[in-house]
Amino acid sequence: MRLIQLGAIDYTILIVYFAFVIGIGWALRRYVRSSEDFFLSGRSIPSWIAGLAFLSANLGAQEVIGMAASGAKYGMMTSHFYWVGAIPAMVFVGIFMMPFYYGSRARSVPEYLRLRFDEKTRGLNAITFAVMTVFSSGISMYALAKLLELVLGWNFHTSVILSAIIVLAYIFLGGLTSAIYNEVLQFFLIVLGFLPLVLLGLKDVGGWSGLSAKLVPVATNAGYPAGAWSESWRNLGSSASNPMGVEWFGMVMGLGFVLSFGYWCTDFLVIQRAMAAESMTAARRTPIFAAFPKMVFPFLVIVPGMIAIALHTSRGGFLPLGSDGTPNYNLAVPVLLGHYLPSGLLGLGLTALMASFMSGMAGNVTAFNTVWTYDIYQSYIRPGQTDRHYLRMGHAATVFGIAASVAAAYATTRFNNIMDMLQLVFAFVNAPLFATFLLGMFWRRSTGHGAFFGLLIGTAAAAIHHGLTLPRGAMAGLKGGFLGTVLQVYPSEMAQNFWTAIVAWTACFLATIVISLATPRHKTDNELSGLVYSLTPRQRDEHLVWYRRPSALAVVALACTVLLNIIFW
Amino acid sequence: MNLDLRLPIGLMFTIDGLLLVGYGLVSDPAIYARSLGTNVNLWWGVVLLAFGIGMLWPAVRAARRPPDSGR
Repeated sequence: MRLIQLGAIDYTILIVYFAFVIGIGWALRRYVRSSEDFFLSGRSIPSWIAGLAFLSANLGAQEVIGMAASGAKYGMMTSHFYWVGAIPAMVFVGIFMMPFYYGSRARSVPEYLRLRFDEKTRGLNAITFAVMTVFSSGISMYALAKLLELVLGWNFHTSVILSAIIVLAYIFLGGLTSAIYNEVLQFFLIVLGFLPLVLLGLKDVGGWSGLSAKLVPVATNAGYPAGAWSESWRNLGSSASNPMGVEWFGMVMGLGFVLSFGYWCTDFLVIQRAMAAESMTAARRTPIFAAFPKMVFPFLVIVPGMIAIALHTSRGGFLPLGSDGTPNYNLAVPVLLGHYLPSGLLGLGLTALMASFMSGMAGNVTAFNTVWTYDIYQSYIRPGQTDRHYLRMGHAATVFGIAASVAAAYATTRFNNIMDMLQLVFAFVNAPLFATFLLGMFWRRSTGHGAFFGLLIGTAAAAIHHGLTLPRGAMAGLKGGFLGTVLQVYPSEMAQNFWTAIVAWTACFLATIVISLATPRHKTDNELSGLVYSLTPRQRDEHLVWYRRPSALAVVALACTVLLNIIFW
Repeated sequence: MNLDLRLPIGLMFTIDGLLLVGYGLVSDPAIYARSLGTNVNLWWGVVLLAFGIGMLWPAVRAARRPPDSGR
């Protein structure tokens, strides 16, 4: 099955894009003189650039494809990933956490953990992060190559090797600056490449009201209230009345508080972009700037999925069916591309898809090479070398990181289950992290032992919760229930994930407090200055014009988000 | 900053805009049946062109100014 035929004009647009990405790396190569230039862009990036890169690094192809798929599967409720999850978390990291990340002069998130807690907490975080980054980059490489094979008939190996070489070239040449600059280019390309698709789709279904009307049979056929696909909050009263199978508490706490705050506040992949900013104020503005485009992203990535499912139901057979007879939601975006865009714009849309993939992969690779070089190599393998030595290691780590991602992509083709299992383990590791950071930054009494064992206990709690529960209709195994007895059956996998996160966070939070109180403090107030909220001078920004003040921007961002939630209630 | 990022972004979208406008003018109108009868290549090409020039113009002006009179 080949869904899309490309013409010469489409290939031309794709090639122009490749030329520019590599050209940017080439133009930046002479500015990389120290390891700080390579890994942190010499801390010289203005906040609008860092902000767009912050957004773009997270906007991998899996995000674009996956959010559209969720839009088709769950409808407008998917917007909670943005309007409950991402935006409040991004504002929080900008206002409250960036002063510690940027102010401590830590070069990475694990390094902050060493300054705040101790060596073993840093080691645990650095190693798990490095492994997870390589694998997630490999998994998304696999996903993209499979997709291109399916819709364009492109050879799987060619896609993998070509995208790996291009990303390698521009990071190798220009380091983080090159990755960040390209992420900004990719950001505009993603927006301008997908926007015509959304506009044409909406025109076709009769605007938002037409779309809502066409989504009514989607909801009623599945046995849900009529607005289940076009409303975001109204059907969250009980887990039985919406396709996600969650109720408001699990959604707000699990997705909003634990998962989203955990991701946006602790994942070095995004934090690194803000750490590269030119000043403390710029670093704090980075995630808040990013919040503004982020809040309109649902229209770009979720609405296409909703259009696809509306057309699927009203016109019949719009989406190809998977082997189990349900529509293949992951094909929503490619099918729409092929359906609405003629040769020309089709090339632009496809280039946007490639761009989203490359920005996600470059984000992973730059975060990996920094954590590897500073937190693993310099700390445990070869300390005390010259800066030149670590710069060389950074180049080598870039090559190695990409080679390992390619290897992970091929491993996925052979052992699909192993990848599912790894993703599950990563989820267990990530869920409790936010509790550790919260206690570390806001409670000076928390200790290194508390943080380290709290993390381990939180991860164990996640695994145990998962092992004792199952989503409805699933077999015991990777989906859960592997501990023999099933205590709780959740209406959906998503509900199970949210509750696993809540359990892991709570376990880590409580365990860290108890163990901290039972162990002696090993850092004085003086040593914790700049690392803990109560021991750090407040950031003053009253001298700036209001629209340059992080706090004022934060209030505007939150107000807009509340408004969006109400409009699409 | 070392390289004004507006330059490559502006240049790329200007080129893409010109490509799409050009293709929109010469392509067979029949291919626009799928885009609901609109010549989207032409119109979106104009949008990209405007965006590209909007990025390029201030960057070129900034580059022409002597370095110390800038920000």
